[in-house]
Amino acid sequence: MSETESLHRDLGLTDDEFQAICDRLGREPGYTELAMFSVMWSEHCSYKSSRVHLETLPTEGERILVGPGEGAGIIEVADGVAVAWKIESHNHPSFVEPFNGAATGVGGIVRDILSMGARPIALMDPLRFGPLEDARTRYLVDGVVHGISSYGNSIGVPTVGGETVFEECYAANPLVNVACLGVVDTKLMHGRAEVPGQVAILFGSSTGRDGIGGASVLASAEFDEDSLDKRPSVQVGDPFSEKLLIECSLELIRRELVASFQDLGAGGISCPTSEMTAKGGTGIRIDLDNVHRREPSMEPFEVMISESQERMLAVVESEDVEDVLGVCAKWGLEARVLGEITKTGRVEVVDRKTVVADVPSLALAEEGPVYERPIERPHWMAGINAAPAGDEAPEHYGRTFYEMVASPQIASKRWVWEQYDHMIFLGTVIGPGGDAAVIRLPGTETAVAITTDGPGRLCMLDPYEGARHAVAEAARNVAAVGARPAAITNCLNFGSPEGSGVMWQFSEVVRGIGDACRDLGTPVTGGNVSFYNETNGRPIYPTPVIGMLGIVGDPAVAVGIGFRDEGDAIVLLGTTELDDFGGSEYGKIVNDAIGGTPPNLDMGAERALHEVLIAGADAGLFNSAHDLSGGGLAVALAECAFASNRGFSVQIGGTEPHRTLYSESPSRAVVSCGQGLVDDVLALAGRHGIAAEVIGAVAADMCDFSVFATSLEEARSVWEGGLSGHLSARVE
Amino acid sequence: MTARVGIVVFPGSNCELDCERSFERLGASTEFVWHDDNTLPDVDIVVLPGGFAHGDYLRTGALARFSPIMHSVAEHAAAGKLLIGICNGFQVLCEAGLLPGALRKNEGLKFLCKWTELRVEVPGTPFTARAERGQLLRIPINHFEGNWYADPDTVARMRANHQIVLRYVKNPNGSLDGVAGISNERGNVLGLMPHPERACESLLGSEDGAVIIGSMLDHVMHMQPSPAGV
Repeated sequence: MSETESLHRDLGLTDDEFQAICDRLGREPGYTELAMFSVMWSEHCSYKSSRVHLETLPTEGERILVGPGEGAGIIEVADGVAVAWKIESHNHPSFVEPFNGAATGVGGIVRDILSMGARPIALMDPLRFGPLEDARTRYLVDGVVHGISSYGNSIGVPTVGGETVFEECYAANPLVNVACLGVVDTKLMHGRAEVPGQVAILFGSSTGRDGIGGASVLASAEFDEDSLDKRPSVQVGDPFSEKLLIECSLELIRRELVASFQDLGAGGISCPTSEMTAKGGTGIRIDLDNVHRREPSMEPFEVMISESQERMLAVVESEDVEDVLGVCAKWGLEARVLGEITKTGRVEVVDRKTVVADVPSLALAEEGPVYERPIERPHWMAGINAAPAGDEAPEHYGRTFYEMVASPQIASKRWVWEQYDHMIFLGTVIGPGGDAAVIRLPGTETAVAITTDGPGRLCMLDPYEGARHAVAEAARNVAAVGARPAAITNCLNFGSPEGSGVMWQFSEVVRGIGDACRDLGTPVTGGNVSFYNETNGRPIYPTPVIGMLGIVGDPAVAVGIGFRDEGDAIVLLGTTELDDFGGSEYGKIVNDAIGGTPPNLDMGAERALHEVLIAGADAGLFNSAHDLSGGGLAVALAECAFASNRGFSVQIGGTEPHRTLYSESPSRAVVSCGQGLVDDVLALAGRHGIAAEVIGAVAADMCDFSVFATSLEEARSVWEGGLSGHLSARVE
Repeated sequence: MTARVGIVVFPGSNCELDCERSFERLGASTEFVWHDDNTLPDVDIVVLPGGFAHGDYLRTGALARFSPIMHSVAEHAAAGKLLIGICNGFQVLCEAGLLPGALRKNEGLKFLCKWTELRVEVPGTPFTARAERGQLLRIPINHFEGNWYADPDTVARMRANHQIVLRYVKNPNGSLDGVAGISNERGNVLGLMPHPERACESLLGSEDGAVIIGSMLDHVMHMQPSPAGV
């Protein structure tokens, strides 16, 4: 057995994959070549297990300028205004080293956006952890939030929202996803090297030994007891360089010095060199001696796959090289000619005058293995669907309400988002803490609404239905602020694809997303798949995180969740089913039950609700609007009150009022309006076939549910302390 | 005539675009000045904006004070012209010795981005002329190192000389004496941690930042004598 043949398994390639490489090359790969294949053919880079499923998703629409397959999807949101929108995961690095893992996750998605020629203008961070009672979880939460804060604030991109979810299944495998919005600055760029003779310039940070094999060793394998030893595979971020990289890249584009562009992320230099030439039908001859390095003794394979952060590859005309280097020098960034675009269709790598790799670009970038992995519905599904949903009445209504709002899941996330600069760029019309963030695009009067949603528990109970809920709720969130849902990006977080049960969950989730996106007219513009989210054989819940983008038009009409004026009428829109407790917050928090099936979701009713919310906002009917989700009506009303410091008085009837209060039927929202506009609101809802009922009014300082009442101030302090109470305590 | 404003851009500055937008919204003309330049253009007001100049590596503002433009910035201040350092700019001014004291990490050891209420302690300065004594301004903070400190003698001297211009109503970061903004002895240099440029539009939550920026523009427009003569 040759040296490389025994090595491939250590690099994460199977015997069959190794054979496929040999067949493609007509010989055994050399050491450097094998390393390049190992990252490019990794699950993380090649989507080998997910591709056959992802191809079923709807990706086209009038507004979609660029769909999946490039750095980020591009959506036209107004005449001549295009935005980039993309979500990524950095789950494994963040578990191994929370600060740098989360920080470099931000850096990576920002460069994806930048690679399209867009200025990154907003970030969102959907986070999922285990229960806060665990000291290591508190350490992870603190480190991840600090990492995002440190990196995002320093590069000057506001973090305008996200989620913070706590669930047992994430204890040994937290999810750190990050979404980024950008606005195309002067020219839409593509990662495609089409012209032989052009020159590739590598600029940004130097290349070091950090992040060797991040894509293959960390992101494409499950965890066990030894995983913390993988810390050297986590990259270390330098936000200062990233900020310079942003400004330098945008200046290069503005001065029309760049033909095409791609960032370096997973797979290091191997990735953009093979992908850009494969897409453009060209090749590249790389001179490794020209790579500016952090340390002198690096092996060629290390240079080729290092995932050192804050680097970009620009392909430029040869006569522009001096100007490009000049702009980089102005921004204090190292830049050197990495190589020349050729006609060969191959990636040739030369180290000290010796060819150390010579492989077809297509083989690396596009001809990786594609798997149709076995799929089987897990045997435990029947049991969990038959298990109690936990809908028994509470012993004490007031105490139960406090228990709900104090649970970290529902409690105020202020402790998290106050650590993020969420205001820079003067675009944050609605910031963290609402249904969706509303961002005015720089230099325009156009705004977009963005949100993320990922109901893992519902997807565990029924991956198809859960995924439909994920898309519907994300769309409802943007409709609640008055925006029309336009497109999604998705981050699909799952266990190992080598398990047939996980693959079944994955296929069902993708089917659910596809159906929901077709129903709602919101194409998929791209995203990311993160497999191997399991530790010691225990996978996380199937967790598709949907990043929804909506178009607001005039930011002045955007509606927030906070009540406005005392005496305003409170109207409940939509129909409440009294037994929608499957996978509910109430079931879990109050009765310690996770079971049943997700609520029935009628996409016709969902669409109609969106029309009511958008039309009402446009007409200026609503003083507040908030969709109903986790914790149902009771929690939604409380959140409207906490956001505004105005209370409410509502009439809750029925023989089992807890069902009205906490049922989680979808396709509902609560709005408030001036008493004089009540008829207009009811008529609007009627026209769209949406049930609407005046349930009470905005009041001074009580949360009065008629079956019980609490003081607003006390309830609010319970809600404010639910998360920060755990985290302000010293970490053991 | 419009007031001419030079906004200094260090590598790592990130609030320069916001300053440009808000100063222009209030009627000024602005231009960016690169930190590596040796001389300022002909401007009435110099702004050191927020951000992370030189990555804030070593210590906030510690490297930026050595940028070539800082000589010219000091001369601008010595000539009695207006100079404002916002957030990171305040930190740079302290490091450069153009303002007293230093800015330490926040008391809670966390970065804080939130709305704060400020009380105008000294009206009638070039930065507060549009305000009344005790007026409350709603302006957000956004920093990790905003916890101002100076030795007791310095603080006593500053109080006597009316240099503590703005205080937090509710101290968010442990800053000594609740200091949010201070001026130099002559009164033509202001450093403040809150971001007035983020509070110039009701759509974004407040227009109170316009009190500070507008006061500066008024001062220039009225061609008042140098503040030393006030």
